[in-house]
Amino acid sequence: MKHADNTVRKWDEYMIQDAINIIDSQLAHSAETNRSQSEEDTGIYNKSENVIKIPKFSVNDLNLHYGSFHALKDISINVDKNSITALIGPSGCGKSTFLKTLNRMNDLETGVAIDGSVRLDGTDVYKDMNAIALRQRVGMVFQQPNPFPKSVYDNVAYGPRIRGIKKRSELNEIVERCLTEVGIWSEIKDRLFKSALGLSGGQQQRLCIARTLAVAPEVILMDEPTSALDPISTMKIEDLAMKLKEKYTIVIVTHNMQQANRISDKTAFFLLGEIIEYDTTNNIFLNPKNKKTEEYISGRFG
Amino acid sequence: MNNVETIDRSTGRGSSAGPMIRARDIGNFPKEHVWNGFVKGAGIFMIILPIAIGIFLFIKGCGTFTTYGHSITEFLFSADWNPADDSAGGGTVGAAVYIVGSLYTCGLALLIAVPFSLAAAIFMTEIAPVLGNRFLKPAVEIFVGIPSVVYGWIGLTILIPFLKAVFHLNQGFSVLAAGIVLAVMIFPSITTLSADAIRGVSMDCRKGAYGMGATRWQVIYQIVLPAAKPGVLTGIILGLARAFGEALAVAMVIGKTRAFPKSILSATSNLTSAIASDMGGAMEGGEYNTALWTMALLLFLISLLFIFIVHQIGKHGETENAAK
Repeated sequence: MKHADNTVRKWDEYMIQDAINIIDSQLAHSAETNRSQSEEDTGIYNKSENVIKIPKFSVNDLNLHYGSFHALKDISINVDKNSITALIGPSGCGKSTFLKTLNRMNDLETGVAIDGSVRLDGTDVYKDMNAIALRQRVGMVFQQPNPFPKSVYDNVAYGPRIRGIKKRSELNEIVERCLTEVGIWSEIKDRLFKSALGLSGGQQQRLCIARTLAVAPEVILMDEPTSALDPISTMKIEDLAMKLKEKYTIVIVTHNMQQANRISDKTAFFLLGEIIEYDTTNNIFLNPKNKKTEEYISGRFG
Repeated sequence: MNNVETIDRSTGRGSSAGPMIRARDIGNFPKEHVWNGFVKGAGIFMIILPIAIGIFLFIKGCGTFTTYGHSITEFLFSADWNPADDSAGGGTVGAAVYIVGSLYTCGLALLIAVPFSLAAAIFMTEIAPVLGNRFLKPAVEIFVGIPSVVYGWIGLTILIPFLKAVFHLNQGFSVLAAGIVLAVMIFPSITTLSADAIRGVSMDCRKGAYGMGATRWQVIYQIVLPAAKPGVLTGIILGLARAFGEALAVAMVIGKTRAFPKSILSATSNLTSAIASDMGGAMEGGEYNTALWTMALLLFLISLLFIFIVHQIGKHGETENAAK
């Protein structure tokens, strides 16, 4: 019974996937030549047809091996634009590994083999994109707040600087805007030129988000961004994520199911390298189709 | 609870608040007392020894200024070196040639060694860690173990004729030869310490920078090296201290000519080779002998200064990393 369910669901997904692939390929050439152009196209498409939201990321049959270990198995998933997608699952299920494939952070590790496709606005990030350019479009926030051992100002200005912005007035503007956007400008504007390592954990994490925003990314990947923080800082980061999704697409890995429930629009449940279920967060938490999902979200394992 | 372990999350370093067991708690376990005494004794001896050497050098070295009435200015800034080899005194003790020789050769050695060492350290940590750990690190460690006389001899046999041929010199003994030999000698210590410092930079930091679209060179140059700076500077200063104190290898290739070097290719002398070559002949307690002790004192003070700087850098690094 369960098996049949699964097959039906898979079929649905494949049909949608096919439709998306066709649209993707139509958009692909314009996306490659001009990003803003493709965004326009998307908008028009949405208005006139109003059928399917064009995904920001579309992942197809992604397999990843660490040496002989098969860490990700046939992952196919679409990530919606301007939404929060939560990835949940027990430790070692591959959710962080999957997150890293989205901006090719796993290129930094040895012994990783990947096949299948990950497309950002229709462009294959592994075949047709340079990792450096990709990471400027797809930023990342990590589990442990990791500000550089530099001043607060230099932390935020780092990204713009490596992209060649040198003018002080321009940098000042970016630093103020990004710190305001994450809501710590008023708290730390008097200590911009002191070491960022002196900030509290929550402030550091928000600084790291500000640092990511300074590069003007389209997507922000968050790898358990609140697991090292206290409840109040966690709440602030969650509020921030909710606010940021208006302008950015967010993919968040979390161990905290309440968090996924509170902030995400869609949730994917990972288990042993596979996506067991991917649906709207409401459906996953209130009406899970798969028994395993139900067991996990009700805390019976994991 | 004396042993409260506090871990600072930002630095990951633990600090212990006190010893696990205090002496008065040992009670009647005689072996504990024996070992306790032995370890304490060794520790105290290690503190007393350098202090005693320092006092001894100070007493011996000050003779030039007290017994023989020379001024410190004369010793440091005059090039007129002609101390009398008896206790009557009356000679001149200007050691400027030797001091300049030491500074010149060590400066040159640093200039040559630092870029190579940094590059090697970056290569073995950031670019090719596997190759670095398996081959380069042991190779560099072998470098450290080679006795200085061997370096000197190789310099004498290969470097001197080479310089002579390339620059058409009458003799190859020169500041350049000494600088190169010293550079080779201090290369491994700077490399090892820099590599350790670079390895110590947290992976999180690097990932943060890569995650923002930084290239490898940008990460190394703007994130890793600044964060590793205290360790790298410590390596450079310890290398410099070694270069300053090296006598044998330098003495073999510097030419031991008591004159200011006119160029990088001319022979000169330095503090250590002057002491090494003249100490045997000078009469104990005479002016010459005392002047040499003063040079030894100067070397001691310079190395003290270097150690002081290393400690300052260490402290600075700690306050920079610690949460304020």
